[in-house]
Amino acid sequence: MANKPSLSPEARSILRTQISRRAVLAGAGGIGAAGLLAACGGGGDSASAENTVRWGNWPLYLDFDEASKTYPTLVKFSEQTGIDAKYFEDYNDNDEFFGKVQAQLKLGEDIGYDVVTPTDWMAARWIRLGYAQKYDTANIPNKVNILDSLASPSYDPNRESTLTWQGIMGGFGWNVEKNPKGIRTLDDLFAPQNKGKIVVLTEMRDTIGVILLGQGIDITKVTEDQFMNAVDFMAKKISDGWIRGVKGNEYAEDLTSGDATAVIGWSGDMFILASENEGKFDFAIPESGGTISGDNLMIPSTASAAGKANGEKLINYYYDPVVAAEVAAYVNYVCPVKGAQAEMEKIAPELATSEYIFPTEKTSSRLNVFRSLTPDEETKWAEAFQQAQGN
Amino acid sequence: MSLPKVRVPYLLLLPGFAFLFTFFILPIINLAQTSTQTRVAGGDTGQYEQTLAFSNYIQAFVENKEQFGRSFLYATLATIFALAIAYPLAYGIAFKAGKYKNILLVLVVAPFFTSFLLRTVAWKQILGEEGFVVPGLRSLNIIGEQTTLTSTSIAVVAGMTYNFLPFMTLPLYASLERIDPRTIEAAGDLYANGITAFRRVTVPLSMPGVVAGTLLTFIPAAGDYVNAAILGSPNTKMIGNVIESRYFKIVDYPTAAALSFTLMVAILILVTLYIRKAGTEELV
Repeated sequence: MANKPSLSPEARSILRTQISRRAVLAGAGGIGAAGLLAACGGGGDSASAENTVRWGNWPLYLDFDEASKTYPTLVKFSEQTGIDAKYFEDYNDNDEFFGKVQAQLKLGEDIGYDVVTPTDWMAARWIRLGYAQKYDTANIPNKVNILDSLASPSYDPNRESTLTWQGIMGGFGWNVEKNPKGIRTLDDLFAPQNKGKIVVLTEMRDTIGVILLGQGIDITKVTEDQFMNAVDFMAKKISDGWIRGVKGNEYAEDLTSGDATAVIGWSGDMFILASENEGKFDFAIPESGGTISGDNLMIPSTASAAGKANGEKLINYYYDPVVAAEVAAYVNYVCPVKGAQAEMEKIAPELATSEYIFPTEKTSSRLNVFRSLTPDEETKWAEAFQQAQGN
Repeated sequence: MSLPKVRVPYLLLLPGFAFLFTFFILPIINLAQTSTQTRVAGGDTGQYEQTLAFSNYIQAFVENKEQFGRSFLYATLATIFALAIAYPLAYGIAFKAGKYKNILLVLVVAPFFTSFLLRTVAWKQILGEEGFVVPGLRSLNIIGEQTTLTSTSIAVVAGMTYNFLPFMTLPLYASLERIDPRTIEAAGDLYANGITAFRRVTVPLSMPGVVAGTLLTFIPAAGDYVNAAILGSPNTKMIGNVIESRYFKIVDYPTAAALSFTLMVAILILVTLYIRKAGTEELV
């Protein structure tokens, strides 16, 4: 089971009817009702008040009720605490969001959010620049619920200012007909039947991470030489015609259109693909280990004392296993909260056995977080990775 | 009373100038300033300072000359193909369509009702493994079992040709439609056969449309990155893709700015040479 997380038929049938994050994206032409609702909110520019908290998150990344056009867990939070939670689905891109608020952060002016949700490496940059506030842990007793595998990333070893919102596993995805034995190693990936039909991710830390792990290198301690070596490996596979593209979420389209037969991809996407295509696709964490990254709940340096305290209460609320299970049932990514699996048993037992949402301990131990990079490395490594893909 | 009369045209120009100054001149100045910056020693990602490093231009060009070459090659090919397709099309609409003229013109413009991006993604499906083109060509033994069309330069050039076709067709139509049919009749009266009349009368009279159409196709095509991003592979990246990656992925603003300037200047030089050669008396 640990080697081959696959979906039970029940889970598939549930997913087909359930409104998942990705299905809403595909069905509503990219603008979910949730997005429209958030757009009406005005983009997080209302002033921080005593009893409000303003949270900027990625689109379709929180349980949403189509009928009432509300976020059920968020509504319950407001009822329980009396805090007015304003939710903005306008964190579309790490660089874009950073670019938008950077000047205000530098000047110490309110950026319009008390909680933001950057991906690991971007969270690392905020911390480095002093743009993140440390939590008052007394407000977040549920902090102890974070999964062990996510508890000490190199950019925030004690999780003093970040907690994972959702986790994303990177590993191998494949077309079952073309790869009946599945893909567990780099050799399986670069097998003759996949020549010219392999797609890897634009996310440097996942693609090069999986390659490095396949080469037996610990990505929590990777050196520049090792990294460049792995980039050369990828460049060679591109020039020799093995890899046809380096892409973001679009690799899912290539798999369904048949242009790709094997990928380095993300668990959440593969989960949806497998369930929408009657098990035509599958996903596994490589034998040598996969990557795990996360989007993080973080309080910007510009949040007021009240905003910060309310933000901490919000974060604590979402680290309650009951609430986390409700969110996980909707978003399909790795749930970072211990105990949520037991809660999922109660609301959607089919999903509680999914390794995509709740990797077993054995699986988690095979997931690795890419080490954080210095600013010099960040630029130099990104440049090498971009040049290897023809940019 | 003559003074206000002189002033009126300038006043009318004012909003346009103000707009261009704010949204064209100022950004260009900003871009120029950015292009000669270098990284702050020990600074964080994306922190640059002005050091008047003109060497950025040389480095940016040398590192990416392959993509520059490819951009101009693809743009030239797409322009030639678009011209080859659009000329007969525009000719047919202008001279032979009769009462269907307006419907055909609407059909030429119709693709604009859909987003540029969606149309390109649709091409990916058409040229994909499960579209009808690849299996069709395979059954005719034109391409082998392992050959694919997406992620090739063929797909990129084909996508660009398609996407810019209306920009070629409309100016050509406007020029052709204006030709007085009596000039062609006169050529016939002077014993010119159909081909000679077309070569000596129709083509020269349609030149303003050809020049306008090729410019409207070539200039955006050279800077395009959508077709290469969606239909291409790492081996078909164009300069637009490099600029995008430098700006957003590497957070290397100076190189992105230097590349943008180099592209602008290169296009300007090529277009100037072309216009000199083709003549533009009737273009404006």
